[in-house]
Amino acid sequence: MFDPFYPFDWLATQIVTKILGLSLKSHLGSSLHFFLYDVPKVLTLVVVISFAVGTMQSFLQPEKVRHLLEGKRTLFGNILAATVGIFTPFCSCSAVPLFIGFLEAGVPLGVTFSYLIAAPMVNEVAVVLLWGLFGFKVTLIYIGFGVALAIIAGYIIGMMKLEKWVESFVWQLQQAHRHEGRELDDLDSNLTWKQRWEQGRYQASEIFHSVWMYVVAGIAIGAGIHGYVPTDFITTWAGASNPLAVPLAVVLGVPLYANIAGVLPITEALVNKGMPLGTVLSFTMAVTALSLPEMVILRKVLRPQLLVIFISLVTVGIIAIGYLFNLLLATSPPVS
Amino acid sequence: MSAIKIEILGSGCKKCHQLEANARTAVSTLGIEAEVAHITDSIEIAKRGILSTPALAVNGKVVSKGKLISPAEIEQLLAP
Repeated sequence: MFDPFYPFDWLATQIVTKILGLSLKSHLGSSLHFFLYDVPKVLTLVVVISFAVGTMQSFLQPEKVRHLLEGKRTLFGNILAATVGIFTPFCSCSAVPLFIGFLEAGVPLGVTFSYLIAAPMVNEVAVVLLWGLFGFKVTLIYIGFGVALAIIAGYIIGMMKLEKWVESFVWQLQQAHRHEGRELDDLDSNLTWKQRWEQGRYQASEIFHSVWMYVVAGIAIGAGIHGYVPTDFITTWAGASNPLAVPLAVVLGVPLYANIAGVLPITEALVNKGMPLGTVLSFTMAVTALSLPEMVILRKVLRPQLLVIFISLVTVGIIAIGYLFNLLLATSPPVS
Repeated sequence: MSAIKIEILGSGCKKCHQLEANARTAVSTLGIEAEVAHITDSIEIAKRGILSTPALAVNGKVVSKGKLISPAEIEQLLAP
């Protein structure tokens, strides 16, 4: 198969073997190659993809999404919401305005949750890192499982009729706003291409600046593991034979929101040494979908009961995905 | 004439701070008298009908949202 990252591999190999005169089989040589190959590759992907996504996102403002989802009934609405969630920008800082805005417009609660689960889970940083470190197929599987989880969890929340556990002022706002116009919705429709690229450029530079240090540090640690830690050690502790690896990965993932850029490169080295990929998928989902700051923010609009149900559903789902994937992997040829 | 009231609506993200800085630049370029406030309460933001931050309001009216705009663009929005 065509490998778009071949030039990076070639360059890293040249530096290690020709300039430094090390064998790729040696501890130091294999560590250095890992580092010199991954850092430029991942950082290039970060810039290219976040620019593309930032530009594209100027077409899919949340107002358009809301309009799309308004009055949609269950299941179809859940599927639509989770799918749209892949493409839209999401920042946990705008989770509350988004949540209120959706409910206000008559988007059903379960459909709103499908969107709230999918949007942060499939974000550009996670996608870029998974793609750069584990390949395109694994990224697609991640997105597929993530969307499925968003659809199912949102659908269940919709079925349970939990509207009573949304803080009541949200519904009062809905009453108050019902008769107002939507003059705000047209503000963004006339962006020029130059402005869209400007949004993309800003997005790329913001993401690059916030992740590059973590990426380099993470890859450095990963490189150390790659060259020096024996495979047996990893398979014993994080391998498929340890049934607690998946839930443990989820528990570890929750407080790591900002540091996914540093942690995923470490997991790459662990996977090369025999940690199953399902565990990585669960871990990544836990980091993105169950972020602690987002939960604290959502508490403003959700009663604790609903917050607990939401967190439990997503947690159970993520753990199930990890086991399912490891099982599939164990009975079929490796994916990458 | 009373000062123009500029509000930045954003819950503390990086873009929101940049927008505030841009707004202050625009105000000083135009040499007008303006009060720049930063609203971070997400419920207040939702009440204004804003779905995506950062947003910019001039005298209580939302004129831009969901994106970062340059000082030059803010100057145009502030021009009567």
